[in-house]
Formats: sequence, C-alpha cells, structure tokens
Amino acid sequence: MIVLLGVLVVILGFATRRNPLLVVGVAGIVTGLLGKLSPVEILRTFGEGFASSRSVTIFAITLPVIGLLERNGLQQQARTLIGKLSKLTTGRFLTLYLLLRQLTAAVGLQTIAGPAQSVRPMISPMAEAAAERTNRGRPLPERVRERVRSHAAAADTVGLFFGEDCFLAIGSILLITGFVNSTYHTHLEPLQLALWAIPSAVCAFLVHGARLLRLDRGLERELAAVRAESGTGAGASRSDAGDTGDADGVSDTEVGGQRS
Amino acid sequence: MIRSEWFFWLVGAVFLVMAAQMLFDRSNPKRFGSAAFWGLIGACFFYSTWVVQKTAPAEPLGVAVLVMICIGGFHFTGRGTPRTTGPEERTALAARFGNKLFVPALTIPLVAVVCAAGVAKWRIGGTPVLEKGSETILGLGIGAIVALGVGMWVLRERRPSVPVHAGRGLLESMGWALLLPQLLAVLGTIFQTAGLGDQVRRIVEHVLPDGQRFPAVVLYCVGMALLTVVMGNAFAAFPVLTAAIGWPVLVEQMHGDAAAVLAVGMLAGFCGTLCTPMAANFNLVPATLLELKDRYGPIKVQIPTAAALLGCNIAIVYFFAF
Repeated sequence: MIVLLGVLVVILGFATRRNPLLVVGVAGIVTGLLGKLSPVEILRTFGEGFASSRSVTIFAITLPVIGLLERNGLQQQARTLIGKLSKLTTGRFLTLYLLLRQLTAAVGLQTIAGPAQSVRPMISPMAEAAAERTNRGRPLPERVRERVRSHAAAADTVGLFFGEDCFLAIGSILLITGFVNSTYHTHLEPLQLALWAIPSAVCAFLVHGARLLRLDRGLERELAAVRAESGTGAGASRSDAGDTGDADGVSDTEVGGQRS
Repeated sequence: MIRSEWFFWLVGAVFLVMAAQMLFDRSNPKRFGSAAFWGLIGACFFYSTWVVQKTAPAEPLGVAVLVMICIGGFHFTGRGTPRTTGPEERTALAARFGNKLFVPALTIPLVAVVCAAGVAKWRIGGTPVLEKGSETILGLGIGAIVALGVGMWVLRERRPSVPVHAGRGLLESMGWALLLPQLLAVLGTIFQTAGLGDQVRRIVEHVLPDGQRFPAVVLYCVGMALLTVVMGNAFAAFPVLTAAIGWPVLVEQMHGDAAAVLAVGMLAGFCGTLCTPMAANFNLVPATLLELKDRYGPIKVQIPTAAALLGCNIAIVYFFAF
C-alpha cells in the first residue's frame, strides 16, 4: 500500500510546479525505496528503463528538416494561406482554422502554428475583424472582444490536441508505445495508436466546430443587445478599438506583401 | 536488414554533433551545461544498445540518467542566439518558394506510412529488409532523412551545416522538456518494478467487483482527465493510471484492445489539459499574448468542448475497444 506514496510525490510535485525532471527523478527513487528495491536495483531500473524507451525521444530526428523549412519561411507561407480566408464570419473562419490546425498537426506540422506563431499575429485579429463586420464596422465592446479572442486561442489549442495524436511520431504516442512495450513486454506499433486517435479527432471537430458556428449567432445577438442599450455606440471601448485596427492593418499589409 | 539500433545510433550521433556545436557557441551563456546535457543523452543512446543486449551493466546508465535529471532540473542548460533568418527575410523566402515548402514536411509521414505498410513486407533472401517490430520507427527515421534530402533539393541548400544549425536552434528552444516524455516512460517502468500496479489493482478490484466494464472505463478516462487537471500534464498522468487501471483491468482482465484503450485514454487526459491553469503554456500564455483581461478566458471557452469530448472518449473505449 505504501508504494502509492510514490504517486503522491508525482502529483504534489507537478501541482506545486516543481521542475518536472526533478519530480520524476525524486518520485522514481522514492517509489523504488518504498517498493523495497536496493539503491543499486533502482539505478539498474532507471538504466534499463532509459535503454528500452529510447524510441520516445526519436522525434528529435525530424528537427533539422523542420528547422530548415522554418528558416525558409514555412510559418509565413502558412499565414499567407490562412490570409485568403479573410471574407468569412468569425465562427466559420475559426471552424476552418480548427480544421486546418487539426490536419496539419496530424501530418506532423505541430509547430507551423501556435499562440505566438499564428493566433496573436493573424487568427485573433482576423476573427475580430470579422466580428466587427457583423457589428456594422463599429468597434467591439470589451466583453465581446475578450470572447472572440478567447475563442481564437481555444480553436488553436483544441485543434492541436486533437490533431497531433494522429501523427505517429508525436511524444504522446511514442510515450504510450515506449512505456507499454518496455514495461509489459508486449508489442504495440505507433501506427495502431495513431489510427485509434482519429475517431476522437473527428468528434473534436464536430463538437468544437458546431460550437464555433453557434458563436456567430451568439455574437450577433449580443452585439444587437449592446447596440440597443447604448444607442450611440460604444464610447467606452474607443481606446482599445484603435489597437485592434492597428493589429488588423499590420496583418493585412503583411499578407498583401507576401502575395505580390 | 536495417536494425532499429542503427537508427538509435543515428539519433545519438545527431545529439552528439549538436552538443559539440553548443560547446563552442559563445552566444549561449550556459554552453557547458547544454553541451553536457545533450552530449550525455547522445552517448546514452549508444551505450543503451549493449544494455538492451544485456552485454553491459545498466547501473552506469542509471547514474547518467540521474545526472541528466540534475543538469536539466537545476537549470544548467540554456540557449544561444541562433544564426538564422529574420522575419522579413522569411517572408521573402516564403514568397519565393510558395507551397513547395510543405512538400518536404509531408514527405516524413508519407515515407513512414509506406515503410510501415509496404516495405515491412519486403524480404531479401528470407530476412526482412526492416527489423521486425520496428517498422514504423525505422520508417520515421528513413522519412526524416528522405525529407531532409528533398528539403535541401527543393530549397537549393547545399550546406549540410544549415539544417543541423536550424535543428539545434529548435532543440535549444525546447530544452530539457524534450527528454520529459522518455523520463515519464522510465518512471512508469519503476512504478511497475516496485509493484505499484499490483497494489492499485487490488484496490480497484475491491472497489469494482465482478469486472463491470462501464465503471472501469469511466474510472480510467475520468481519472486521466482529473489527474491531468491536478498535474497539468497528461503525459505524467498516463503511466500512473495505465499501471493502475488501463493495463491490468481494461486490457488484461477485460481483454480490451490495448491500442484503442491506451490511445483514447491519453486523449481523455488531453480533455483535462484543456481545463486546467496548470497547463500554463497552453492555457495562460495565449491569454497573456492576446492581452486578455480575463486570464481564464480560453479555459472557460474550452471547458464545454472538453466535457463533451471526455464523454465521446468514454463511449469510444466502451463501444469499440472490446
């Protein structure tokens, strides 16, 4: 029963934000000692575990080619492609972005987009611009803008999480095969696991996509209510409006520059 | 026959070459720590071959792993300023190469799948071309090498040092986190060796008598999600709950399909990641980047999706894994 304290070390370590490597090291040693392994046996287990789970870290072999593509403008090219979607409504635009994020992550392009690479410079400004069109060109009230931005970030994260596991060389898939094959002396292929991630990925697109499409109606209703309330327009959010306009302008010129 | 060990040596060699570059990179304030960390990993990839064959003792490797944990855990690794292209240059390059940039990236999964599905059946004089049981991993390695060749051809890059430098930049920016999944797999092995799985199985059998399948599936999936919410990391929750419920109860006792149970179990953990501020880089960093007043804005938006998907994952395991 006392071996369970090893799990407690992991939970407490991660929950109190200690360095994960140290948490793993301490939890391994503590669990081993509680399980009545001698110090030499613990070292041997660490060694044998490392040797038989090397397959988890082999995705590092793809870094040179991904690095080469990124220094030649891979992320910029992805943004150019997304920029062509600028005529859609907020919900439809984010649904398409969700799909693109899932598909690219599923073929191993997880770093092509992300909060810093695409959401801030591109996705969030474009989603806001679309919402402003819904608002007849007027700046968005604070609450609505927060909601649109939150949805932009969420579409990216959901797309990544429920796309990347369909790629066979991702950390989580290799962790499953590495752990199971070395611990239970069985044989699982990464490809089998990646295929089993597809049903959940489809569910994720249907569930989150449907919510994003409903977002359009929600935004319309909320914006109509705000317009009816204030009558003269949102004076309070004028200062933020300039900020949004700038961000949008930047991305527009960038896209234009890339096309020419 | 192409052996998986050769591929591990190639990965080890890549780490060693990058470690050597780090050693002489004066722009990295922690160049000695970084070089030691990645050099040690590279060397361990070679030494492990003999540990797996049981011709060398595993204890020195265990010591090396603990040294790596200390170097990474006490922040002795750092990153240099990579010699790379700027944003304007990249925009110009993207305009020049266009969608050709995607070709090398798509080569990796394509070659990997071809190897796993097609080349795996090839034989020369009765021996398979690819080592049996490692076809996907070898496919990934071959895919990465082919993609590098394709990439250098498409981008007209003749210097092999350029992709190595670019890859090292990515390696340094990921830092010690790159080793975390493997160490969690090691931790899972230690849990099992120390008898943790048996302990928890006894408790689970006590709580869930006569092998009821639905409560066991719910316990595994919801457990993955909740433990991930607490720890902020589905990878860390995976060895714990798989050693406890996933493997002994769902796979061994109830004869569930291992690939389905474990793959979907991990995704149930991802549902937890969507809901927790503990996963700061996924949930709080975007809020900061987007200058949101409500730091939990993205989490609030993600919770309904996460709840629905947790239900989907439970249903997938329950209906299709048995």
